[in-house]
Amino acid sequence: MTPTLSLKELTKAYPGVVACEAISLDLMPGEIHAVLGENGAGKSTLMKMIYGLVQSDQGAMTLNGTAFAPASPKSARSSGISMVFQHFSLFEAMSVAENIALGLDKAMSIGDLVPLIRNVSEAYGLEIKPEQRIAALSAGARQRVEIIRCLLQSPNILILDEPTSVLAPQEVDRLFTILRQLRDEGKSILYISHKLEEIRTLCDRATILRGGKVVDRVTPKNQSAAALAEMMIGARHSSAKRGQAQYGKVLLKVQNLSYKPSDPSEIGLSNVSFSVRAGEILGVAGIAGNGQDMLFSALSGEVRSTSRSIMFNGDPIGQSGVRGRRKAGILAAAEERLGHAAVPDMSLTENAELTKNRSRGRGFLNWSMARGFAKEIIETFRVATPSERTAASALSGGNLQKFVIGRELQQNPTLFVVNQPTWGVDAAAAASIRSAILRLAASGNAVVAISQDLDELFEIADRIAVLAQGQISAPMDAAQATPAKIGILMAGQAA
Amino acid sequence: MIKIVKRPEPSSLAALMAPIIAIGITLIGCALLFLLLGKDPFTSVKALFWDPLFDPQIASFSRPQLLVKAAPIILIALGLSVGFQAGIWNIGAEGQYITGAIAATAVGLAFWGSDSIWVFPIMGLAGVLGGVAYAMVPAILRVQFGANEILVSLMLVYVAINLLAAMVTGPMKNPLAFGFPETRSFRDFPAAYNTEILDNSGLHYGVIATLLIVAIAYIVQTRHLFGFQVRVMGLAPKAARLSGVIPERMVVICFAISGGLAGLAGFFEVTGPAGKLTTEFGSGYGFTAIIVAFLGRLNPLGIVLAGLVLALTIIGGEIAQLTLNIPAAAVLVIQGMVLFFLLAADLFVRYRIKLSSKVAA
Repeated sequence: MTPTLSLKELTKAYPGVVACEAISLDLMPGEIHAVLGENGAGKSTLMKMIYGLVQSDQGAMTLNGTAFAPASPKSARSSGISMVFQHFSLFEAMSVAENIALGLDKAMSIGDLVPLIRNVSEAYGLEIKPEQRIAALSAGARQRVEIIRCLLQSPNILILDEPTSVLAPQEVDRLFTILRQLRDEGKSILYISHKLEEIRTLCDRATILRGGKVVDRVTPKNQSAAALAEMMIGARHSSAKRGQAQYGKVLLKVQNLSYKPSDPSEIGLSNVSFSVRAGEILGVAGIAGNGQDMLFSALSGEVRSTSRSIMFNGDPIGQSGVRGRRKAGILAAAEERLGHAAVPDMSLTENAELTKNRSRGRGFLNWSMARGFAKEIIETFRVATPSERTAASALSGGNLQKFVIGRELQQNPTLFVVNQPTWGVDAAAAASIRSAILRLAASGNAVVAISQDLDELFEIADRIAVLAQGQISAPMDAAQATPAKIGILMAGQAA
Repeated sequence: MIKIVKRPEPSSLAALMAPIIAIGITLIGCALLFLLLGKDPFTSVKALFWDPLFDPQIASFSRPQLLVKAAPIILIALGLSVGFQAGIWNIGAEGQYITGAIAATAVGLAFWGSDSIWVFPIMGLAGVLGGVAYAMVPAILRVQFGANEILVSLMLVYVAINLLAAMVTGPMKNPLAFGFPETRSFRDFPAAYNTEILDNSGLHYGVIATLLIVAIAYIVQTRHLFGFQVRVMGLAPKAARLSGVIPERMVVICFAISGGLAGLAGFFEVTGPAGKLTTEFGSGYGFTAIIVAFLGRLNPLGIVLAGLVLALTIIGGEIAQLTLNIPAAAVLVIQGMVLFFLLAADLFVRYRIKLSSKVAA
């Protein structure tokens, strides 16, 4: 059988780094083929070459046996290749049909499009109505809109980039059903992920990338998750383990915290209450966009609330700002690495200074101390960077994440608030971040970890609460929580 | 096909060279402009940029003028550069310069005839406060109602020009001026006069104050938390908030600084080189300072150099009007060219043009 798409020795280099080196891969009709690798392994670059976003330096591709070199995504699409990106490009205020019309290469009237959308939606059980507004849809439904947009181009090859990162467990199962149906129709699917269990359940074959090279080709069903992880990372990493926790007194008490956002399409917080003890990690599960960012800002002090709605160590701190809270020992690490947790165009030294506590010097900065602090973070958290003078934007996601988390942990927070601690980070970096958070809690400090990654919360949290539609569920012991229980809460059916 | 693509890593040398290249291209542009006006391009450019500094007859008059013109521009540009770094756009420094001068003059006229050494400093304080108060209008409208500070501050310039006209024809008019729209001259009021410290040097108290503020601005920008926060705010507002900056407060502080320094410049100008308020007092320094702030890379030392260059175009333009009969608007065209070519040069520091023969398949 001829492969649908065949890559031969594709190489792409950027100044200072070879992103892909002589990568070969055969994608057969009717298979789901995983491309597995850490962040920075070259997965994205490879997909961009196939989708025509970048052109390879060396090597060649053939599509159904004939030479293929797409100059743009448009020409890739016209050759039957479609891609569902990790981040959706949908306009919230517009309907499904309008959004799809905007993304088509050929102009089509909404009236002609509506029946087509209905047909595709029914054929694959997608349950999307053309007239629905995007703002009203869940992340899973939005993804299905993107899939419809792709399917309308009747592609032979579908590329999915980290498709489950924003989905609740039930929605993941649903996505898999759709993908299996497409495979059975003879379509080829390239599935990019670093989630090992998913790949073992779903994919027929896997190509494993490390450092821009193919390190192995396996049938994932025959491999254990640990074996796959080892191929992906190169060395066995021990997953963080929770010791027997000793809890102290209640450090943080949040009571009836409410916030109404100025933008009505955003979700605020309504009557959020919970408490965290010393030595405890509270996991806040839920899909981003359900008030996660608001909860983070309310705890970090970026947004103020009524004085007694947040009590820390018995003191009302709702009205104190970021600096007051940092002095009291509440440090926060934001989700968005570039632009919120760090300034992209500033050096690591300057970024180390960004949230450093200052007590002396009348506001004069001591750059040599800041440099020392940056070096300390780089060393302690094994941040791979040429030097502390490197700009934050030049670091890979995982390394920058280690740096921004390390910056706060190095200052020994009494309460550490972190939003998506390992979002988009490779497995090795994620493991080291998680064990650092566990160590912090083990030394008697409190942690609030907001995360969409359930596996992560099961690994580190003592108790798990779910934030859905701006409301928080009663925290349950992590030992008693199951993905199914949490999934129901995440979907917002009960609070 | 022509494409503009981002450079992987912009070189810092190129970023430093951009203003110099921009000035170089401006000189060529000037030569072309004069050629089109039917003048000899070489003598025209020489009259503009060389004669004011080195011509044996002209330089003795124009060289001191360089400091006189550059000082207020630099002072205003220093204030603007703080806000510009933070992404806070005060375009109305010209108005704050005028209201500062009006406030200082009002105090000076109130103390007319006094020989106290406190008159001059109190007038200076009034000048600063006059600028700050006027700058608070766009700042507060932005913080409270989200009004665009660019539009509000710019429009208030024209309000200030009319306020000035009302003052010099009304309450502040010189009773002995035979109906001319002007105030009394501070040359007749020694305690309030910003005198030339060394004869024929152009050096007055405003120049000294400017140099002092350049030094302070440099230290604050490189070594102080405030300068750091300003840069963070401009590069990543959310990160600034996370580090404890309160954006609304930052808007007010930046407007206060730029308005205050513009007002201070107005005070030094009205008590010294101008000597009095007239309807013509607003000479565009507040707008020229915007160009100077960017040409100087928002860096205090760069602003000093840029201020001297722009002051040279003003003086050279005046001389060229007299000697070569070049229209007065030519100076504005030249200043416009400097800014335009600078922005173009900046683009090419970060991007490059890519010519590709490949057509999308």
